[in-house]
Parts: sequence; C-alpha cells; structure tokens
Amino acid sequence: MTDIIEKVKNLSIGFRSKKGEEILILKNISTNIKKGETVGIVGESGSGKSTLALAMMGYVKHGLYTIGGECQFHSSNLLKMKSKDLEKIRGRKIAMIPQNAGQALTPNLKIGYQIDEALQLHSDLDEKEREKKISELLNKVRLPSPETIALRYPHELSGGQQQRVAVAMALAGTPDLLLLDEPTTGLDVTTQAHVLELLNFIAKDTGTSMVYVSHDLGAIAQVSDRIIVMYSGEIVLEGPSRDILKRPIHPYTHGLLKSIPKLSLAGLPESMPGSQPQPGTIKGGCSFFDRCNFSDENCKNNSPKLEFLKDLNTSVRCFNYEKLVNESQASQTVNKIKNKSQDKEILNLSEVSISYAKQKLLDQIFNRISDDNPTVKDININIKKGETIALVGESGSGKSTILKSIAGLLRTKDGLIRFDENRNLSSDLKERDPNDLRIIQLIFQNPDESLNPNHTVEEIIAQPLKLYFGLKGEELKKNIIDLLQKVRLGEFYTSRYPRQLSGGEKQRVAVARAFAAKPDIILCDEVTSALDVSVQAAVLNLLQQLKEDFGTTYIFVSHDLAVVRAISDRVAVLYQGRLCEVGPSNDVYKFPSHPYTEVLLGAVLEPDPDIKPKLVAEDIVEERPPEKGCCFQGRCSRIVGDICKKELPPWQLTDSGNAIRCHIPIKELQKEQF
Amino acid sequence: MKLDNIYKEEKKSAFAKLSEIIITMASRPSGLIGLSILVFHIILAFISPYIAPHDFKAIDPTLMLQSPSAEYWFGTDDLGRDVFTRTILGGRTALTITFFGSLIALLWGGLLGIFCGLVGGKIDDVVMRIVDAFLSIPWILAMLLIVSLLGTSTEVLIPALGFFYGKGIVRVARAATHDVIAKDFIVSARARGHSNFSIIWNEIIPNVRDAILVEGAMRWSWMLLGFSSLSFLGFGVSPPTPDWGLMISNARGLMSFAYWAVIAPIVGLSSLIIGINLTADAFAKALGIDRSTKAPV
Repeated sequence: MTDIIEKVKNLSIGFRSKKGEEILILKNISTNIKKGETVGIVGESGSGKSTLALAMMGYVKHGLYTIGGECQFHSSNLLKMKSKDLEKIRGRKIAMIPQNAGQALTPNLKIGYQIDEALQLHSDLDEKEREKKISELLNKVRLPSPETIALRYPHELSGGQQQRVAVAMALAGTPDLLLLDEPTTGLDVTTQAHVLELLNFIAKDTGTSMVYVSHDLGAIAQVSDRIIVMYSGEIVLEGPSRDILKRPIHPYTHGLLKSIPKLSLAGLPESMPGSQPQPGTIKGGCSFFDRCNFSDENCKNNSPKLEFLKDLNTSVRCFNYEKLVNESQASQTVNKIKNKSQDKEILNLSEVSISYAKQKLLDQIFNRISDDNPTVKDININIKKGETIALVGESGSGKSTILKSIAGLLRTKDGLIRFDENRNLSSDLKERDPNDLRIIQLIFQNPDESLNPNHTVEEIIAQPLKLYFGLKGEELKKNIIDLLQKVRLGEFYTSRYPRQLSGGEKQRVAVARAFAAKPDIILCDEVTSALDVSVQAAVLNLLQQLKEDFGTTYIFVSHDLAVVRAISDRVAVLYQGRLCEVGPSNDVYKFPSHPYTEVLLGAVLEPDPDIKPKLVAEDIVEERPPEKGCCFQGRCSRIVGDICKKELPPWQLTDSGNAIRCHIPIKELQKEQF
Repeated sequence: MKLDNIYKEEKKSAFAKLSEIIITMASRPSGLIGLSILVFHIILAFISPYIAPHDFKAIDPTLMLQSPSAEYWFGTDDLGRDVFTRTILGGRTALTITFFGSLIALLWGGLLGIFCGLVGGKIDDVVMRIVDAFLSIPWILAMLLIVSLLGTSTEVLIPALGFFYGKGIVRVARAATHDVIAKDFIVSARARGHSNFSIIWNEIIPNVRDAILVEGAMRWSWMLLGFSSLSFLGFGVSPPTPDWGLMISNARGLMSFAYWAVIAPIVGLSSLIIGINLTADAFAKALGIDRSTKAPV
C-alpha cells in the first residue's frame, strides 16, 4: 500500500454552538488519495467539501476544531503537526489552488516575482536556474510569451490567465498533492474548459495527485478518476467516476444528476424537493431522509453506514441502494415547455447602443453621449408577449448592460425601447411614470444582495404592493401570503429575515417581490447561477409555472447554455455587445450556427465522462470591441479573409428562421460544422 | 420544512434587541468595566445634588486647602470649598451638554453623509469639499470665536459642539452608505421607482445605523474631552458652577502642595472618557462591527 499518499481516517471536525452543543461539519470521514489519482469531491454549499480539502493540508478554519480522527500524509498526521513542520509540507508537498486567483495573487507584485518567491521557499535553485524555471512553469501552464507575462501585474491578466498563474505557482514546489478549491467556478465557459483541459494535461504530465473540489458535476466529470459525493458532512457515495455518473446508486446523486439541465435535452429537468439540512439539525436517521424518494421507516430512525460494494467497486451510504442498482442510468425526464407566446409584440429594442465611456465636458453640458465604438451597439430585438427570450454570452458581452437599460437604470446612447407596440420607454428612470416602472421588474443573480438584510420577508414583499397599489392593513397581509403561497413558501415565513432562509428560499422571496408588482415583463439576471444545482431546477420550474399562470414575458440573461436551453423559447447570442445569432432555441442549439455560438456550445461541460468539450477558439479576452467588421474577428477560427475585418457581416436566415450574422454562407457553415 | 432550525430567530421587539445587546456587551470584561463606569457616572449625575455633603459654592477662608479628612473626603480647594462635593457635581453639566451635542452631531452628520453617499456626483463633491474645509479649521479656535460672540450658554454650546463633531460623522456615514449602495436591493428599489427619501429611510438607514451609532458613541467621549478643554480655558461653564475642566484649571497652580484638589476632577473626567470608550467598543463588538478593521476615523 505504498501508493497511498494521503489517508484520512475517521475525521470529524466541528464547532461549538452558543448553547454549548457540539455541531459536526464533517462526520467520521475516511478516504485515501492514491498516487497519480484525481479525486473529485462534489457537494452542495455547506456539505463540508472545502473543510475536508483544507483538513487534507492540515488546516482547520478559525472557529472549527478537530474532534477526532487524523489526516495522514506520508505517515505523519498533519492535524497534530507543529506549524513549523507544516510549513515544510505546505507548498512543497501539498499545494493549493484557490477559487479566486485574482484575489490570491498580490496585486502590487509582478507575476514573475511572485512565482520566484514560491521557488525561493520551496526549492534550492540559484537565481539563474530560478529564472529559467519561471519561464518553464509559465510555459507549462500554456501562457503565451512567458517572459512578458512574468513582468506583468496580476490585474493586467484575464481571469483565466490569473488562474493559470496560480497553477504555475502551485507547481513551483513540485508537490505530490494538489488541492483545487472550485478553481473554475468564477470563469467563463470557454475559459473553464481550457483550464480543465490544462489540469488534465498536468495531472498526466507530472503524475501529481489532485483533489478537485467543486459543486459542478460537469467540471468534476472532466477531470476526476474517482468521485466522492458529500452531503451534510458525510460521504454518501464514493467510487470510480464513470460508475458514479453513469449509474448513481445513492438517491441524492441520482436526483442531482436528474436535476442538471443538459444541452441535448430541451425542457425543464425534474427538481429535488427541499434543501440540505443545516448542520446540527439532524436528530437521527439518514441525513437525506427528508428529500429522498426511496426512503422508508428504517431510514427515519437509523442512519445508514457507508457500505463497500465489491462488485460495483463503490461505497454507498444508503439502505435502499438496490432499488437504484437496477435502474441502468439516471434516465432523465423533462417537462417539455410549450411555447405559448402570442404574436403580439410586447417589447421592441431598435438600434439600441449603450456607452460606458466617460463623456467630454461639452457633451456633458449638452446632455448627450458621444462614443464611436460603444460597448453595446445595434441591438434589434422583438420580444413577443408571453415568450422567454434568453440573452447569452460570456462576461463582458453586454447582456446585463442591455437589461439595465430596459429597466431604466442605464441611459442608452441611441435607439428606442418600445413597449406594447406604441409606447416609448425612456432609458432614464426619472422620465418614466410609475406605471412604466411597474410593468418591468427585475430579479437579480444573488439573493443575498438583492434582499435587504434588515427587512423581514413581509416588509420585502410589501414594498411593491404599497408603492404601486397603495395596499394597507389586512388587504396587504392577504396579498403577501397569497404571493408567498404562489412561490411555494408557507405563511410563517413572513416574520423571517433573509439570513434565516436558504439560498433557494431567498430567491423565491425575490421572485415573489417581482411578481407583487403584477409586471408584464420580468428581467432575470443570472437568477440561478448563485444557487445549488438541486435548487436551481426547482427555481426554474417555479418560474415556468408562474409564467404559465400570469402570462408574463421573461428576458433571461445567463452564461449557462444548458439552463438557457431548458427554459427559453428564443435565444440571442451576444459577443462584445453585438448580436451574433438570434433564433428559436431549438435552432440555435443546432448547427449551422455562428462561429461564436459554436465555441460556446463546444465548451459546455456535461456531467458525462464520454462527452468531452470541444475547444474551438483560443480563450483570449478582448478588452474592446473591434471598430470595423465582424465583432468576433479576434477569436474566430473560420475567418474568411479581409472582409471579416472590414465589413460588418450581413444577417443570414436559415430555413428554420434562425438569423446568423456571418460572412460565411449558411450552406458552407453547415458543411464545416456538419 | 426545517422548523426546528437551530438558527431560528423570530422578529424581536426593539427592547428585546437592546437588552440582548447589553447582555452581550457585559459578557466581555472590558465591556462590563466600561458599562459599569458609565452607568455609575450617569447615576451619580442624577443623584449627586441630593447626596452632596456640603454646599458646592460655600466659601470659607478658614478652610483653605485642607488635606483630605473625615469631614472633607477629598480635601478643600483654595477658596475652602469641599472638593468631594464639587467633584460629584462636576460631571453633570459636561455629561448633559455633550450628550445632546452628540445627538445633534449624529443627526446632521449621519443624514448628510447618507444623502451624499446616495446621490453622489456633483452635489456629493461640493458638500464633501465644504466638510473638508471645515475639518481643516482648528475646532478650538472656531469654538472660541463662537463662544466669544454668542456667550457660553448651554443653548450656544450644544449646537456649536454638535456641529463641529458632526463633520467626522459625515465621512463615516458616507463611507458606510457606499458599502450598501452598490448592493442589488438598492438597485431594485431604484428600478421600482421609490423616492430618494424612501430609499434612505427604508433601505439604507437600517443597514448603516449600527456603524453610525458606534461612531456617535466614540464622538461623545471626544466631545467630553473637548468640552472640558473649553472649560479649562475658561470658555465653558462659568463659575461658581462646579465643572471638572474648570476645577483642573483652577487647582493646577497649586498642584505641588494641594494635589488633592486637582486629582479628584482628573480621575472623574478620565474615568468617564475611558468608560464611554470601552462601552462604545463593546457596543461595536456586540453589533458585529469590528472597529479594528473597519473604523473609518
């Protein structure tokens, strides 16, 4: 058994509550990390996955303490070591790659210097050798021209490049074990796919063991050999990656895989009821009991043990796993959504441009905006009553900017926003009358920020009711409870504060607040990206249900193409604030497509080890849109010639009504993309 | 549903919240010491007229500069007045004036700061430069000017002190507002079309209130020191009203042989300032505001 490099034995970590109770964050965890293996730890937020990863390098967060067990790294228990000895291991033998590399790098030191620091600490090389090693490391993480990158400051690099630098720094000490804590979560889809591919390459090339912590089964599927699924501080399922993803024999994993929207399937996935219990609230019995579809009396009273199944090579913590063994695969059923949009147009954007440029004094005086190359340009979209239109693109594509202008929070440079075929909406809040404000409501990405922490749920939902309808007393109360019921929350939520709610519940309150105004259009800004996967499906289903009940129109902004696929009727793909492709979602997800859509679709990660992302274009980040020609010229792999750089491409229509803005004729696009 | 949640808490009344905060404050040794000193001083201020053993203005040349004895616990001063009586009475004026002064400072400083933070732009620029200009004027000179023009009555001192100590609060309130203003719930309120007043009252104040209150409590102790300095210079309370600043000023020349006459008011003044400081710190900690990392001075 020499090939085991880290052994976690009966590890329990917890904290003491105000009342003096011991509350466990990790419950009796045992696992081994073998040499050269990549282990994925997956779980929802609060499942203890990060705590476990940190314990593996001998670190326990402030406020928590080790209750029992040990983490053995090369036969020494890290949790009992003195900090002096730990220093020799951390960075040299075990290295960590943080979630947000931008925050982990010191902003006022050059990249080269920071890597040099790591080398000085963890190697015995002299100055010349270190210099060589720095280029070598930067080369290894595939950064273009390492010499110039080494002389830059962290803020001069893009998010993906910063993450690569963090990987290079971690590799500086040639560690035996790399811990990665959600290393791709903050990155764009295309960048994420590139970074994962790099990690795979490094794992093979250096033979380093990796522990990859993530909530994203899609990312985990691409890198790991073995998967550990955690649920409220316990390992509920552990086994080879392929087996776990193809035949999940724990009800939690089973449900989780079913609730992830997939590119290949239109329609809303089934959602899992409830949410993960708070630590310390489980009184006995299985921790997943409340949400389980396969549970019985036994599960309520006895907690199952982690059981190793020899024939499946998998460990599972469930009494009833046999019911799932026979189900060959988590066959996904989706609720197909019917496009109920009417022909009546509800919102029309024509020639909309938006600029963030700082205006000259003269322009300020005349209250006008002048910018030759605005951030968002030439947006023409018709939105029909009752449809869900999605704006898709990477960060910086201007999708949220367009939403802000529709909501009246950001002045447009040119163009018209027309409501209901005849009413022009000003993009300046002050010029809109209360009714114009009422008809458009917003739901934000992060419910932690969009709900005032000092207001109760009742006060939050009462705001639009009081403002627009002047409701008071009994009637107000009745309306609030009515709305809460519509978003599937009970009456007793009225007196709670946002901090007492889970992420999904908070987002439901935000949805209730938006619907309280009885709006015609709801702008959804990445509404599910801050939520756990199992909750995401529930919120999407709720939104769909409400739309069918009220006939609301959604404008849905997201970077997640699978989520967009699940909920939208029509999709508009944006790059650098310019439209690339607009069409019914079924057609946008089919070839032929705009080369940029092709890149996006190729980079989507599916929770299936057999579907590898296709990396079509480089993951460079462009600061500004090009002044002339096609917006995607800088990254396009199908450039036809000078025409792309000089002339704005024409809109071409496919047979199914999908509009693509490209110089390449549709027929040729189809041939190349097959 | 997870009703048996350990994090469960219901909406509490203001009184329940306050008592909980006080209990948290008293659970730390420094907070307990600070609170006891402050409460002791406040009680003393209320009851001192009834328990004072002597008349504070009775001058008796035969009793000049007596050292502490059973009759005169803290001795007597150069006019033969009882130092103990004058010390326990000496905090009353200072405490009252600075308390109301701090309230005024809190009110105008807090509201102006929040308003500037919310509207931003040119109005913010202009107002903040004016505040900066005032900050650059030595406050004691300005106070002396006001006092010599308008006199040293309470009606002049309270607003004048309140004005000069409110400038700092403007900055704190503005910074705290900037923290909140970028949050989506403000954007959401704006998009719904709430008025600026409604946004300040409903969305911002509940979120910046704690930071401003803590700052106000700190200003109180500074103002106390400032007010005593004024008295010390002869521009605060006029004799024969007992006041610590005035007593220190009067007795400081006799320090070499009648130290008791100066030590008693010094202990009174510094213990009150330390008490307020410790209480404000404990208050901040009980509210979850860490002054060591977030204190904008």
